Amino acid sequence: MAFLQPSLIRLQEPIGEPQDAIRIAGDLLQKNNHVEARYVDAMVAAYQKHGPYFVIAPGIAVPHARPEDGVIRAAVSMVQMTEGVAFGSEANDPVYLIFALAADSNQNHLQLLQRLSLLLGNEENVERLRNAKAPNEIRNFLKENSI
Amino acid sequence: MKKILAVCGLGQGTSLILKMNIEQVLSEEGVQAEVEHVDVSAASSMTADLIVTSRELAQNLQNGEARVVTVQNFFDVNEIRSALNEHL
Repeated sequence: MAFLQPSLIRLQEPIGEPQDAIRIAGDLLQKNNHVEARYVDAMVAAYQKHGPYFVIAPGIAVPHARPEDGVIRAAVSMVQMTEGVAFGSEANDPVYLIFALAADSNQNHLQLLQRLSLLLGNEENVERLRNAKAPNEIRNFLKENSI
Repeated sequence: MKKILAVCGLGQGTSLILKMNIEQVLSEEGVQAEVEHVDVSAASSMTADLIVTSRELAQNLQNGEARVVTVQNFFDVNEIRSALNEHL
């Protein structure tokens, strides 16, 4: 299980298109061997087919596909974008933070989702992530807050 | 026991986050209910007392018997609590 380790974080990315944002977040999972390359394609395809249903909080997108689309182990990556990106979500655009989710079929991913909820359920935390300047800053913040 | 559906486009990650946070609210309020997480097409053919979803997906779910409530922030337990309170 991997949750926002520094190697799973990219900050201050200039991104214009939702697909590119999903792909960059997915590539972080793939480079760290948490998913196969086809999982990244499946995340983009899910957006194209089902729309921005995964933009589930103001400024926050949680793209994901199915465990059988190529998850190796449960993980969450993060991309912080310099400009807000329009995903087409009436309620929650523009998006500044992307958390790509690789959920496997066992219970590990429940713990990941709980940690993500704990982190993003607090506005000050979200603000902190939006303004973070270095991946280590986020690692220390998570440690200090026992997330 | 009441049955609640947490609905997203795929019935996986994001609806599971919603389900977990609904369950947290229910346990804080001392309300017993069964919560399932499903995708939109499965939800439209299921019987339930209440459907919780995003505003975009709600439009596809208005035809059933279940009441539909929408949540803007799936991580915000307080918003979920107010959305549920009117219906529990």
